[in-house]
Amino acid sequence: MKLYELSAARLISLLEAGEIKASEIQESVQKRIDEVEDRVHAYATLDRNTETGSSKSAGGESVLDLKGIPVAVKDNICTKGVPTTCSSRILEGFIPPYDAAVINRLKKANAFLLGKTNMDEFAFGSSCETSCYGPTHNPWDLSRIPGGSSGGSAAAVASGEAILALGSDTGGSIRQPAAMCGVVGLKPTYGRVSRYGLIAFASSLDQIGTITKTVEDSALLMNVIAGGDENDSTCSNEDVPDFTKSLEGGIKDLIIGVPDEYFVEGLDKEVEEAVNEAIKLLSGLGAKVERISLPHTKYAVSTYYLIAPAEASSNLARFDGVQYGLRRDAEGITDMYKVTRSSGFGEEAIRRIILGTYSLSSGYYEDYYLKAQKVRAVIAGEFKEAFKKVDCLITPTSPTTAFKIGERIEDPLKMYLSDVFTIPANLAGLPAMSVPCGFCGNNLPVGMQILAKPFGEKTIFKTAYAYQENSQWHKRKPSL
Amino acid sequence: MDVKYTAELAKIRLNKEQVDKLGSELNDILSFFKNLKEVDTKGVEPLSHVLALKNVFRDDIVKPSLKKADVLKNAPQKDTHYIKVPRVIKG
Repeated sequence: MKLYELSAARLISLLEAGEIKASEIQESVQKRIDEVEDRVHAYATLDRNTETGSSKSAGGESVLDLKGIPVAVKDNICTKGVPTTCSSRILEGFIPPYDAAVINRLKKANAFLLGKTNMDEFAFGSSCETSCYGPTHNPWDLSRIPGGSSGGSAAAVASGEAILALGSDTGGSIRQPAAMCGVVGLKPTYGRVSRYGLIAFASSLDQIGTITKTVEDSALLMNVIAGGDENDSTCSNEDVPDFTKSLEGGIKDLIIGVPDEYFVEGLDKEVEEAVNEAIKLLSGLGAKVERISLPHTKYAVSTYYLIAPAEASSNLARFDGVQYGLRRDAEGITDMYKVTRSSGFGEEAIRRIILGTYSLSSGYYEDYYLKAQKVRAVIAGEFKEAFKKVDCLITPTSPTTAFKIGERIEDPLKMYLSDVFTIPANLAGLPAMSVPCGFCGNNLPVGMQILAKPFGEKTIFKTAYAYQENSQWHKRKPSL
Repeated sequence: MDVKYTAELAKIRLNKEQVDKLGSELNDILSFFKNLKEVDTKGVEPLSHVLALKNVFRDDIVKPSLKKADVLKNAPQKDTHYIKVPRVIKG
């Protein structure tokens, strides 16, 4: 039995039955890493130090017990004593003196932390190609990108280099790589999971979430990481249900909305067919399907690429060579800032900082940033209206399957348009999940996206679980 | 867009080649954004945050914070108790 191929839920039941030991799972995954990491390059840092890795701290009595299941963590989430760089040269050598809230929670739940996964620099990208460590490769086809920015986490779970993983999602960074690697990715409602210790990209859009092999595993991991936190005042104190209890029950009479604007030119034919088949399957299980219209969808990319870089340009002002990370020496302090930032940030980070600075600068603020915030309100309002009529929405996660490494990196606008279906959920703060729903002729996975109203994760879990119980896509493994 | 000037505002120094490349890319991106003008936003309040959050208050109780040594550990240049930076005031 290859333990690294199993889901966390399955492994936990084997552990509870006394059939295996946690150390066997950990060894199986470590061995798998030794076997394939050279080719996949899912990790930025592997933590082979069992002291920090096994983290046998506080836990024990917790009902949320991951029993030593190996978890990979995206490199923008602070881990005490383990380098955290956002895959950027400017954070070279940074070793956080504290744990992010989600890491605290994982440690209390006896997770085994494997290391930090590769990502687009500061999560700026949809392909993992902007990482200062070089790209991660898609386990289904090593010449292709894994998606991004949480591409390392998605590739790690898909290849068996981790059982569970955390990612972060600002405009699709969990869902798009999950779709492209054939795994399950959940971006929870904005405010569902504490952002304390997540290195900020765009504070009004960022959210930590899960990347897992199954919907059930996502619910398990959400039970561990969700909930209020006194260190993050934007984290909601809304009750956190036991998400594993919302899986069963079926979807009879569930009303699924299918927005026309997500089935437009630019959507790959095979992706469209796979998503339509999935919708048909759900309808066969008793759900009612209604075509709806979200006419402002086409403005989401522009809105997002004004708001997100604006917030990023402010957030990244802290990387100035003073307190941590890289410093390049220069005569005066202003020159030190400039030399450090110009050599520490990669091309896409510089592009976004300049774009964000521009849209916030005097004379342009009203036409760009403020206008984008108003359109954001219109988009959020449109979703609110839609959820009065339907329980959830189903769309493709990404217009295409994984593209070739190098294919879009020289065309930033084309890269930005890769996020066209995932961005709206961030603008409106909605929970959204990508679930494997088929494969294209070239054996590349396709994902469908399920969106619900704020704090409606239960509806997503119920729908996605019903789908997985009646489909086999999530059981396919890449041959590496 | 004056790329060089905007970069300087963000404390980033670009060479000529970068200014030219970024200039043409950013102009393409900005002209794409012009589609937002089509949206009628008269009377719409800008949305800066999706949750209806209120101020979060807590009691003002002193709690332990990180040790000075731990905080200074990551500083590229330091003196015993301080982070060192290049001279700020001309002497």
